[in-house]
Amino acid sequence: MSPEDLLFAKTHEWVAVAEENGAKVATLGLSAFAIEALTDLVYIDLPAVGRQVEAEQPFCEVESVKAVSDIYSPVEGEVIAVNDALPDALEILGSDPYGAGWIAKIKITDEAGLSNLMDHAAYQEQCK
Amino acid sequence: MATKKKNMRNTLDTQSIFELSKPGRRAARLPACDVPESSIDKLLPSEMLADGPPALPELSEPAIVRHFINLSTLNMSVDTHFYPLGSCTMKYNPKRNERAAAMPGLADLHPYQSEDTLQGMLQILFELQETLQEISGLAACSLQPAAGAHGELTALLVAAAYFGDLGERRTKVLVPDNAHGTNPASAAMAGFDSITVKTTADGFVDLDDLDAKLDDQVAVFMITNPSTLGLFEPNMRAVADKVHAGGGLIYLDGANMNAILGISRPGDFGADMQHYNPHKTFSGPHGGGGPGAGPICVTEKLAPYLPVPVVVRERSEVGGERPGNTNAVSESSASFRYRLDFDQPKTIGRVRAFFGNVGVLLRAYAYIRTHGPDGLRRISENAVLNANYLLSRVTHILPVPQGNRCMHEFVASASTLKRDKDIAAMDIAKRLLDFGYHAPTVYFPLTVPEAIMIEPTETESKETLDAFTEVLFRITEEDADLLHDAPHTTAISRPDEVRAARQPVLTYRAE
Repeated sequence: MSPEDLLFAKTHEWVAVAEENGAKVATLGLSAFAIEALTDLVYIDLPAVGRQVEAEQPFCEVESVKAVSDIYSPVEGEVIAVNDALPDALEILGSDPYGAGWIAKIKITDEAGLSNLMDHAAYQEQCK
Repeated sequence: MATKKKNMRNTLDTQSIFELSKPGRRAARLPACDVPESSIDKLLPSEMLADGPPALPELSEPAIVRHFINLSTLNMSVDTHFYPLGSCTMKYNPKRNERAAAMPGLADLHPYQSEDTLQGMLQILFELQETLQEISGLAACSLQPAAGAHGELTALLVAAAYFGDLGERRTKVLVPDNAHGTNPASAAMAGFDSITVKTTADGFVDLDDLDAKLDDQVAVFMITNPSTLGLFEPNMRAVADKVHAGGGLIYLDGANMNAILGISRPGDFGADMQHYNPHKTFSGPHGGGGPGAGPICVTEKLAPYLPVPVVVRERSEVGGERPGNTNAVSESSASFRYRLDFDQPKTIGRVRAFFGNVGVLLRAYAYIRTHGPDGLRRISENAVLNANYLLSRVTHILPVPQGNRCMHEFVASASTLKRDKDIAAMDIAKRLLDFGYHAPTVYFPLTVPEAIMIEPTETESKETLDAFTEVLFRITEEDADLLHDAPHTTAISRPDEVRAARQPVLTYRAE
């Protein structure tokens, strides 16, 4: 996916929203800027499938040699899939942050949080 | 130069003691047994016996001595090197502290001795409690916690007990985003939710964000003041007033007390609780000198909840009965008796065995009594002076984003150097080892990109600070590739931190 087609949160997550089986599903990952700032990643704690998440609340975390950082869900919903390949191949997050580096899919139950997201240009501006 | 030194190393000195083992070698031989021998099987039940003897290394005495002496030379310590490790206050540890703590009347005591024979030790501990209360401006003290973070946890448990007693169940602890990582960890261990409060670009508490996060569920605001950026919080009073107005408590992380001894007291600027790090502020050794301590002081209303025991002083009845002494009991120490008080109905209980870790407490006591009130103030004044002098020189080499004045430490940033020359904070830290300087703290606090946190302490001379600055400048002018592989003169060069974190090998095995 091209970052221009994605929405971004202040907390550096990207989101792509699509219809899947009649439900709105948000696919979520971390921006290239965030991955770069975290430097060398050593661990990701993926959420359990089926977990209910609240908008703008942390639901999993990623650890680098520098720090542990929370990953926030921009929307309320249920985790329906996680990228199981990541824990053993964290480099994917850096090499393809907007594609193979996706982290989780969330079936949206309340999309109010989406209105707080930025387009890529506005996000780039925030990162300056 | 670097490579030469490396090649001169005798590789025996970095082998593990197990690799040096040769069957049958001994450092001592016992005389022949002069009592009848019994088989071990007859003395102990078989299920209690190991399958064989433990695989202990077998070496001669000179081999053992060389092994450990050589290992010790690989170490960097305050006794051998300048150690500007920000937030850790690596000041010189005066040897007189060691002599005092090693006196047989202190070092050879057993905690199960009767209190009658422990009066000297108890008096020292009582006076240390009183002194720490005076320095903090708080009413009561517990010497029990075994480390700074343990002091945080203990104080938060005290706070939880206090609110429980009021019939309140508060769930939140607020922590600024530049706090020590122990703060949120202690909050979580004490059963609270840790909520992050932002700091401004200047490095101070963001009052708007504090307002947004303050509610009737906030039990404690944990603040490090002076902060991890080496700045005194100018809104301290406003922060304390806001938290107190909601019924919450202020916890002061005392890691940076070395900047304010005898100058300002946490109890006077709004703190309800604080811990001390005797190994930082009061020159106890960081490790190596035995277990640590993290004494806490609290306000009067929190005192009933402190852990037991506390050391109390009572007028001694025998004092007035001494032959020839018919006067009223004098104020001399002979007229007091000290005891451990366990009778505190509201206490949170024990957090440590016996009196806490007295070894480091004795060193703190020796240090405090050596300097006295005026001396302690001078320590802080000189710590702040040294840090500002170093800041004024380093800022020409590495920018210091939070301004040109500091308390006891400052945080420089290598972000420009990283962008322009691909030299990161980590590279500078590693390269400093080659020049005989312990690395500063790096990548903390996270609010400063490519952070290099430098704390010189009051025990360093101008010559040391100047020499350090010159080396720092020289490093920033060096070739990036040379820095990426640094250090070049240490037994182990650059460990692969990513692999170490992803695939930790926790047991070393000789190849």
